[in-house]
Amino acid sequence: MAMTLHVDIVSAEKELFSGAVEMVTAPGELGELGILPRHSQLLTRLKPGQVRVRLLGGEEQLFYVSGGLLEVQPHVVTILSDTAERARDLDEVAAQSAKQRAEQVIADSRSEFEFARAKVELAEAIAQLQTIAKLRKQRKSG
Amino acid sequence: MAGAKEIRTKIKSIKSTQKITKAMEMVAASKMRKAQERMRAARPYATKIRNVISHLAHAYTEYRSPGLVEREVKRVGLIVVSTDRGLCGGLNTNLFKTVIVAMQQWRNQGVEIDICTIGTKAFQFFRRLKGNVVAHVSHLGDAPRFEDVLGPVKIMADAFAEGRVDAIYLVYNEFVNTMSQKPRIEQLVPVTAEVQETAPTHRWDYIYEPDPKELIELLLRRYGESVVYQALVENVACEMASRMVAMKSATDNAGALIDELQLIYNKARQASITQELAEIVGGAAAV
Repeated sequence: MAMTLHVDIVSAEKELFSGAVEMVTAPGELGELGILPRHSQLLTRLKPGQVRVRLLGGEEQLFYVSGGLLEVQPHVVTILSDTAERARDLDEVAAQSAKQRAEQVIADSRSEFEFARAKVELAEAIAQLQTIAKLRKQRKSG
Repeated sequence: MAGAKEIRTKIKSIKSTQKITKAMEMVAASKMRKAQERMRAARPYATKIRNVISHLAHAYTEYRSPGLVEREVKRVGLIVVSTDRGLCGGLNTNLFKTVIVAMQQWRNQGVEIDICTIGTKAFQFFRRLKGNVVAHVSHLGDAPRFEDVLGPVKIMADAFAEGRVDAIYLVYNEFVNTMSQKPRIEQLVPVTAEVQETAPTHRWDYIYEPDPKELIELLLRRYGESVVYQALVENVACEMASRMVAMKSATDNAGALIDELQLIYNKARQASITQELAEIVGGAAAV
């Protein structure tokens, strides 16, 4: 019996493939990689491209990845695919806007975190909820 | 017929409120199912990347990332995931309560806290209380996209990389089932022993293509993002479940109220009829 390799291809929003295969081909950053069972441990980034898996009968399946990470253990290959096109500057823009949104509003009044007030407010809210629950119970029994 | 008219108006208004809460309940129920599916779909990635991280923690790597080593904590970063809208029972309140307890402990130990909020409710809460909010995103909708978490995660990750914070925690609601959601505080980085578990057997290292440092940092970054994304999706499911339950009880309460008012209304009507009859009989007797 031929040796097999367990392959998982996942993206953040779903699982694309999981199962035993004879061989995987993936677009590594430094070139196309063909991985057979008992490959030594490897970690690499993927370029956008095709991942091919050869199933046990020799049948091939194709997946498209738009980049991501590839981890190889002797009998397990994990492909963590990125979902969308990503660029370094895109992250930066997102980060900046998140920061600005926060700063906009609190620019002026930054002082000690008011634990006392937080506690009072939360206690009030919880008391309200409890009261509602209690009232409801009474209504039901009464 | 004094009062009867007012009672009738009141019943009418409660009935229309009941219609609204009923509609909200049904909307929340259907959204919850979708949110649960998304939650399930996001799980494999989170599990796999966790596996890879745990392999990595056991590899005898030439580059040791600060993300894998615990260090003395002087300042922590908190990522708080909350909902955008209210009317979902005590979901946010319970979450904030848990956070405040944890924050108080840190404060007592002299640890400073930076907060990054996801969702309007957390932002309002921490702004009002003058917490140190360094980043904020909201209005991600019912189906948050993976890209949505990149901004806040990057801010926190950069702060960690530059040594401005020594640990990052994630605060969110865990979806146990429809009836119960549990507030959780989870340490994101440094990656905890819990994630690093599985026993190492021998010393080995990866072949890196191209550069170990870059790859490991990228992997940790992706790990953070995926965990935060998972939390976000889970929080949406919690929100919907919690809203559904809250709206259901509101609808029930409205029903009970209507019954009660109906009874009072009937009594009032009957009283006025009786009174009129008495007057007529009295009048007839006088003639």
